[in-house]
Amino acid sequence: MESFSGEAGNFEVKIRQHPRYVDIDKCIACGLCAEKCPKKVTNEYDAGMGKRKAIYVKYAQAVPLKYVIDSENCIYFVKKGRCKACEKHCPTGAVNFADEEKELSINVGAVVLASGCEVFDPAIRDIYGYNRSPNVVTSLEFERILSATGPYGGHLVRPSDGKEPERIAWLQCVGSRDLHGGAKPYCSAVCCTYAIKEAIVAKEHMKDSLDTAIFYIDMRTHGKDFESYYHRAEDAGVRFIKSKISTIAPAADSGNLLIRYTDEAGRRLEEEFDIVVLSVGLGVSKEAADLADKLAIELDQYNFASATSFEPVQSSRPGIFVCGAFQGPKDIPQSVIESSACAAAVEASLAESRFSLTQTKEIPEEIDVSGETPRIGVFVCHCGTNIAGVVDVAAVAEYARTLPEVAHVEENLFSCSQDTQEKITQVIKEQRLNRVVVAACTPRTHEPLFQETVSNAGINKYLFEMSNIRNQCSWVHSGDPEAATEKSKDLVRMAVARVALLEPLSDPEVEVDRAALVIGGGVSGMAAAKNLAEQGYHTHLIEKSDVLGGQARNLYATWLGEDVQQYLAGLIQEVQAHENIDVYLNSELQEVNGFVGNFKTTIVSNGKEQVLEHGVTIVATGASELKPDQYLYGEDPRVLTGLELDRKFIDNDLSLKETGSAVFIQCVGSRIPERPYCSKVCCTHSVKSALKLKEINPEMDVFIVYRDLRTYGLREDLYREARDKGIIFVRYDFDKDLKVAKDENDLTVRFTGYVLQREMEIRADLLVLATAIVPPKENPLAQLFRLPVNDDGFFVEAHVKLRPIDFAADGVFVCGLAHSPKPIDEAIAQGLGAAARAATVLAKEKIEVEGVVSTVDQSLCRGCGQCVEVCPYGAPELVDIGEGVLVSQIQEVLCKGCGACAVACPTGAAAIRHFTDHEVLTMVEAALCE
Amino acid sequence: MPMSGKFEPKIIAFCCNWCAYAGADLAGVSRLQYPPSIRVIRVMCSGRVSPDFILKAFQLGADGVLVSG
Repeated sequence: MESFSGEAGNFEVKIRQHPRYVDIDKCIACGLCAEKCPKKVTNEYDAGMGKRKAIYVKYAQAVPLKYVIDSENCIYFVKKGRCKACEKHCPTGAVNFADEEKELSINVGAVVLASGCEVFDPAIRDIYGYNRSPNVVTSLEFERILSATGPYGGHLVRPSDGKEPERIAWLQCVGSRDLHGGAKPYCSAVCCTYAIKEAIVAKEHMKDSLDTAIFYIDMRTHGKDFESYYHRAEDAGVRFIKSKISTIAPAADSGNLLIRYTDEAGRRLEEEFDIVVLSVGLGVSKEAADLADKLAIELDQYNFASATSFEPVQSSRPGIFVCGAFQGPKDIPQSVIESSACAAAVEASLAESRFSLTQTKEIPEEIDVSGETPRIGVFVCHCGTNIAGVVDVAAVAEYARTLPEVAHVEENLFSCSQDTQEKITQVIKEQRLNRVVVAACTPRTHEPLFQETVSNAGINKYLFEMSNIRNQCSWVHSGDPEAATEKSKDLVRMAVARVALLEPLSDPEVEVDRAALVIGGGVSGMAAAKNLAEQGYHTHLIEKSDVLGGQARNLYATWLGEDVQQYLAGLIQEVQAHENIDVYLNSELQEVNGFVGNFKTTIVSNGKEQVLEHGVTIVATGASELKPDQYLYGEDPRVLTGLELDRKFIDNDLSLKETGSAVFIQCVGSRIPERPYCSKVCCTHSVKSALKLKEINPEMDVFIVYRDLRTYGLREDLYREARDKGIIFVRYDFDKDLKVAKDENDLTVRFTGYVLQREMEIRADLLVLATAIVPPKENPLAQLFRLPVNDDGFFVEAHVKLRPIDFAADGVFVCGLAHSPKPIDEAIAQGLGAAARAATVLAKEKIEVEGVVSTVDQSLCRGCGQCVEVCPYGAPELVDIGEGVLVSQIQEVLCKGCGACAVACPTGAAAIRHFTDHEVLTMVEAALCE
Repeated sequence: MPMSGKFEPKIIAFCCNWCAYAGADLAGVSRLQYPPSIRVIRVMCSGRVSPDFILKAFQLGADGVLVSG
């Protein structure tokens, strides 16, 4: 970015685009240029462990998959006009040495900064032997060692001598939680879990003979389901050693490394390892900080973009939003949630200009090919060398020519490249093909692309079939090219047999009811409702209790010290006053009908029934604080939960001034066998409250009795502040009992201290239990919407990392504590994110429904209802066609095309389009009979 | 039957698009090697596989049928 000016709603951005020296419209990424390029360069993507060429793609999954010339290393640029090997060998003439820098000027209404992070470089202050031993690697380097596309082809060996390791150690907090120069004081939040993952994956590579040890300060597996992952690692034999490391030194000439450390009991120990992995932390790069400077947004003391807990993606400058690790160290799910939150914030700020720059794609009119004899085109893909390196593609193409009804066959270097797509469209028209087979990769990723290609030629997209000769032949039978080629021929024969029978289908459209239902009036639900309303969508917000606010009503302050009650009052007022929001208090769901775009939900408000019509649903039903039945809770008034102490802060309770000592007990009801998850917020909450007690009465003795202290991310600052202010942290042995007793004057807490390995006793005037966050015991919503719930009782998202807000069911989204325990800033971000996800449906007037659905021939149906019984989606229903005669009818929008009804139907009335008995059995026949 | 004349079974695998078929894709991405005697037929759900399909496969000479989903 060269320059930036303007204001929210109207920014002018000048961008300098570096020359690529490769025309991306012509490049088909065949890889020939890189093969011929004589210049080898250290591969940054392989963390310097492998080599690439001066013309290269950064990594195999790069989008767009197009080559680029690294002009700093290219011989042509370094030696003024020499070499040109790539230009000579490029089959498409894509190389262009005359390519120049371009200046672009873009007018935008909002900016999202997602510039990410860099990892700590242990070479700077090398106390780990990173510069001296090639067998000391960073966690990112180790990721590349484990990767199938990495420098060792996915074979786990150590860099110095290629030996298979027997023992690997991970050192946590390298460059994090460290006050030394160059390192970062904060916690990087992701390293504990990624180290566990690397240890588990490494063990899988070595078939469990590998010894793995993770040396740590606190294991911080605070994310959803991470704690059970930690247990899984323990069960798999990964050793977890809480320790301080004194030295790492080479062990003789073996290439091994000797780690000397002190364990928690104070014993000095040493162990030898083949590889030492440094779990390096995250930070903001200088480039990202410079960019922020040009945009004139505020950064915090560590150069992360400043944001507040209540507006977690809003930078200090209106119109500029921030997400991901540039806003603070965080993992993939939270980054993805924040990216959706940014989308929501942008959509609300630019709602007026929605659709003002939209272009409509023109799809040629469909040619009616019914009644024509099949004229099948077969396109066999080389996929560069991915297929052609093993399978004899020419032989497969030759074989395809012999198959019945095949009218045209050709080979493509890359069938998915832009120019090949156009060529295929052209060939379909010229050869009057009415059915197409592409033998290439997997339909799971590429079918939509080729379906678009055939529809561009006027052919119905369902007259298309793929043969997966890459994933099922060349990649898995690479040692037997002959068999791989024969199998490819079989797969092509099966596809040709099937495609000849396929029928054109239409994708029906349904109108969208452009309103939203948000269930739950806590901060997450309100954040979602408010954003949708600001985007211009009518929103129904229903709340079970008689008041909005949810759990936030009990919270005193965020970890940053922001006043929750003040924020909440403002938010409630805005939500209640907004013309696009209808709030229903004392309301519960009774019945849900319909599907994405057209839900009809019956709610009961104050005893009165009403039906709401809406296109999307956001589930924000929350969770609550566990009320424990231990540690004298409920028996002694001096024993409180974390939120009950907040209530005293909110009410400015004067008794706290007189309190002489306070003890916090962590993990009450969390991380126990019957409730194995970590509740994520309690460590930070206790530390924050402990500091508040110190503020109220600096003389107070405050203890926090914990198992692992999980003040993740920037929250680590608070932990340090607490220690500086004299709050005493004591780690207790969870396997030995912790007891609370009382005598006339005092409460006493007895436990076994980890460090001293002896029983300790603390007398307390106030005992605060950091209790678990628990989902509701009964969850009727899960049944009403057919939503999955995990063993812990929280809703299960469609994909942990890639779709952390969606449900697998279309048009239903989740946010806040209903998804997992989380602090207020993350709950708000997810609420905003849910609004953005919901808007992907609400922005459309109509949505297209998949054409692969079931159908019932009602003349054959005898109304037995077996289809209704087996359908998991409620798609078939029995309808009366007169005189009480019941027959089945499919509601196509609900049908997911599984075909269970077709199997269950005793008369053959129910069938599934595109996978009819005939269409499937023809493939079976083609597979078995040449 | 391969050139060596060794018995190679013919196996038909009905794979659910959403899980088992994706698993076969992943086997490819991970370069896992397995015998080339299996032919995958993609269905949208293993619930689509009627007992008739399995019997038909055996009738036509399959030595094994895998329904995976």
